[in-house]
Amino acid sequence: MKYELVVGLETHAELSTKSKIFCGCTTQFGGEPNTHCCPVCIGLPGALPKLNEKVVDYAIMAGLATNCTISPLSRMDRKNYVYPDLPKAYQISQYDLPLCRDGHIKLSTGNTIRINRIHIEEDAGKLVHERGTTYVDYNRGGVPLIEIVSEPDFRSADEAREYMEKLALILKYIGVSDCKMQEGSLRCDVNISVRKPGGPFGTRTEIKNMNSLAFMVKAIEYEYERQVDILESGGKIIQETRRWNEEDKCTESMRSKEDAHDYRYFPEPDLVNIVITPEHLERLKNTIPELPDSRVERYTQQWDLPPADAALIARYKPIAEFFEAAVQGIQKPRTVSNFIVGQIFGLFATEEERAEAHIPIPPQYLSELVKLLEGGKINSNQAKDTLKKMLDTGKPHTEFLSEADLAGLDTHALEAMARQAIEQNPKISADVRSGNDKAINALIGSVMKQAKGKANPKEAEAILRKLLSE
Amino acid sequence: MSVSSRIRGLHELLAAKKISAAELTKAYRSAIEKHNEALGAYVSTSFETAEKAAEQADKRIAQGDELPLLWGIPMALKDNISTTGLSTTCCSKILSGYTPIYDATLWERLKAQGAVLLGKTNMDEFAMGSSTETSCYFPARNPHDPTRVAGGSSGGSASSVAANLAAYSIGSDTGGSIRQPASFCGIVGFKPTYGRVSRYGLIAYASSLDQMGPLAPTVEDAAIIYSAIAGYDPKDSTSSQLPVSPVDLSGDIRGLKIALPQEYISGVGEEAKAAILAAVKTYESLGAIVEEISLPSASYSLPVYYILACAEASSNLARYDGIRYGYKAEQYTDLDDMVCKTRTQGFGKEVQRRILLGNYVLSAGYYDAYYKKAQNLRRVIIRDIENIFEKYDAILTPTVPSTAFELGFAPSDPVETYLTDICTVTANIAGLPGISLPCGTDSKGLPIGMQLMAKRFEDSRLLKIAHAYEQAAGEVCKKIDLLNF
Repeated sequence: MKYELVVGLETHAELSTKSKIFCGCTTQFGGEPNTHCCPVCIGLPGALPKLNEKVVDYAIMAGLATNCTISPLSRMDRKNYVYPDLPKAYQISQYDLPLCRDGHIKLSTGNTIRINRIHIEEDAGKLVHERGTTYVDYNRGGVPLIEIVSEPDFRSADEAREYMEKLALILKYIGVSDCKMQEGSLRCDVNISVRKPGGPFGTRTEIKNMNSLAFMVKAIEYEYERQVDILESGGKIIQETRRWNEEDKCTESMRSKEDAHDYRYFPEPDLVNIVITPEHLERLKNTIPELPDSRVERYTQQWDLPPADAALIARYKPIAEFFEAAVQGIQKPRTVSNFIVGQIFGLFATEEERAEAHIPIPPQYLSELVKLLEGGKINSNQAKDTLKKMLDTGKPHTEFLSEADLAGLDTHALEAMARQAIEQNPKISADVRSGNDKAINALIGSVMKQAKGKANPKEAEAILRKLLSE
Repeated sequence: MSVSSRIRGLHELLAAKKISAAELTKAYRSAIEKHNEALGAYVSTSFETAEKAAEQADKRIAQGDELPLLWGIPMALKDNISTTGLSTTCCSKILSGYTPIYDATLWERLKAQGAVLLGKTNMDEFAMGSSTETSCYFPARNPHDPTRVAGGSSGGSASSVAANLAAYSIGSDTGGSIRQPASFCGIVGFKPTYGRVSRYGLIAYASSLDQMGPLAPTVEDAAIIYSAIAGYDPKDSTSSQLPVSPVDLSGDIRGLKIALPQEYISGVGEEAKAAILAAVKTYESLGAIVEEISLPSASYSLPVYYILACAEASSNLARYDGIRYGYKAEQYTDLDDMVCKTRTQGFGKEVQRRILLGNYVLSAGYYDAYYKKAQNLRRVIIRDIENIFEKYDAILTPTVPSTAFELGFAPSDPVETYLTDICTVTANIAGLPGISLPCGTDSKGLPIGMQLMAKRFEDSRLLKIAHAYEQAAGEVCKKIDLLNF
């Protein structure tokens, strides 16, 4: 490849606090236009912002979960620009003292994407074009956002997609954002340039407001080709802001560098500095759950799960927590994960349902069932059937497995069946005794038949060997 | 001749039922109806709601309850303080027709104390000016000489109190806008420590400098009002959570140390200088120690003030675009044209000048040379002031280098007018409490004011120091009283 792609992402995520960043209005999506508003969030003269502490906490949690350093002192600034959806004509954001700095996210390619900063800011309202005129709805105005700025560390569109997926997963996992791209609660701006490998960075263009990963990938790929074509034909890339046109499947120019805003940032005089004490930071650190990557590592290395199963379970916090509780006291964690992947995942049709994962039984119920299986009291078919009934009803195995089901499988019964198998098959038994080890499988088959499938074949084999060596 | 509190006097009349709040309100109404045209103190009145409020106040008085000193007493608010249902325009065409849907915290507190609001007072447009001539309505005139200005930007507030068209009024002070008109009109003007009085509901000029405070006939009146409006407000993040120390005006000031910065004395006229030096003598006779000092950073105060105030104003005033409330241009081609025409037609020249200055000092390439440098100098000034307060209890200066100027002077020379803020801006830059009180008259009989400043949050002590002088000096300028009852 002659040219290398260089991409950096600026991601905006809405935080899922109940109230807005500077007032008590609800952050709920939708609602009749201009009903989630007050003097503060519509910027009436004289109204003053009051920083929602929860917003600061959530942003710090996002920083901690992406390996950032949290600034003990940070500040809000005004970003000045005039647009009807911005009722104060400035956005309260952070400029040179953001809350979080210098984080990173590791990708499956082994590439590490550095995060330059995470800062908090307010969202703007929305223009609504209807009946030949334009209206403004300020319901979204003042909804808290974090902006996560990456370094230009992506070398492919797939890396950008994986990063966005991973970021969304982390933010959902720690409960600070619902990251719904279709509702606009997660969106990103893409900075793209191309260069000769190892050479200096090329001139970049910015594609604004990507609200779908599929579009983002297409836009990056298109923009790469466009820039390479320009350079190949001896042209120069113009630094500009572009947008993705989904109809024509191309990027198109919005404004050039000359038209770029001068935001005239300055410290917000209506708010005081944000001071984070070490004690408060420690409290927040303790609220961060173990993240998927770390769980996957533990599941595969400590518990010997197949990587795909480990990743699937770790991805959904309630399922991961269920698994970790159910695995307690179990000899082979893989038995538990098999039931979860095979049967419990089937309960949830959508990604949202999995993320919430209301599992109808407590993990102890699954634990007890697996112990019966491991103890040879039931076999795997019985276990499957029983688990299905348990999941349907929310009741423990004792409701579905009778005394007889369990009793038939104790060592005495099994021994009796083994003795019978040896007596009924003297020739095979003799073969085994004289060294034809494979012949024992026929005896095991006989025991299994007598037990109507309830026996544990390994246990049966052990007993047969003991009796044959007597 | 002793100086006695107007509020206390009215309170005693009301408590003794010699007059009712309703009668008092009617008396103020007729005085305003008779004299406001000549003085231009009020830009809007709310007599009907005032009379209703007064009747309600009378009911509680009739029950014989012990009531706050401000109970049932008619007063005025500057036209930049938000009041539900009452026009609040900052005396700007751009806010014509704007009626707030919420109350400023200060007005909520005064209402709870039984204050009766007569109306909104005249001011320089968005508090930008020193003469109340940039008001979009009409200028406010000086009761001592109506050919002269009342000062600004709280000129209407000062004029109303000086003529007794309001028992007291509330102004706002960003660079001297309470103290300078108080000085011109021969009354007391008090700007509390920044953060002591909530700014919630005060329409911003420059957020890091704005502070509301009383304009009143005497220091005791100012103290009574201050006690009613000071204190933490969760709606204003810059308001202080420190408890408000109660005001105690009694006791002497023996041994108190007052600093007299020579930089502020040298630039003033002979008559003002003589009045200040006489005040120094009075303080010395009360046992205070007055020493001349030097405040070298004083010369930076004005440029620092105008850079920071304009920068913040350019951002604070950017929201007036004609889309949501207030004035909107009638003819336009598109959105940009509408915003542009609305602002060109809606803002006066002085406001436009400061918005342009503010955008300039914040713009890329100039930020470091202006805004950032001014911020750094602000810290230098604050440090210099802190050093002075390690040795001194108060700083004494003239309030304004001159007495009230004639109408038409300020608009003719904006820069010369900016220079008249030289003594007052320091208190805003450093967030100090500052008070102006009369200390004499010039040869034309116009009041001369002096200013005292104290350490941040020493508002109570500052009031006591001012009160001691006022009681010792007695009536130092003519009193005008247009109220008849």
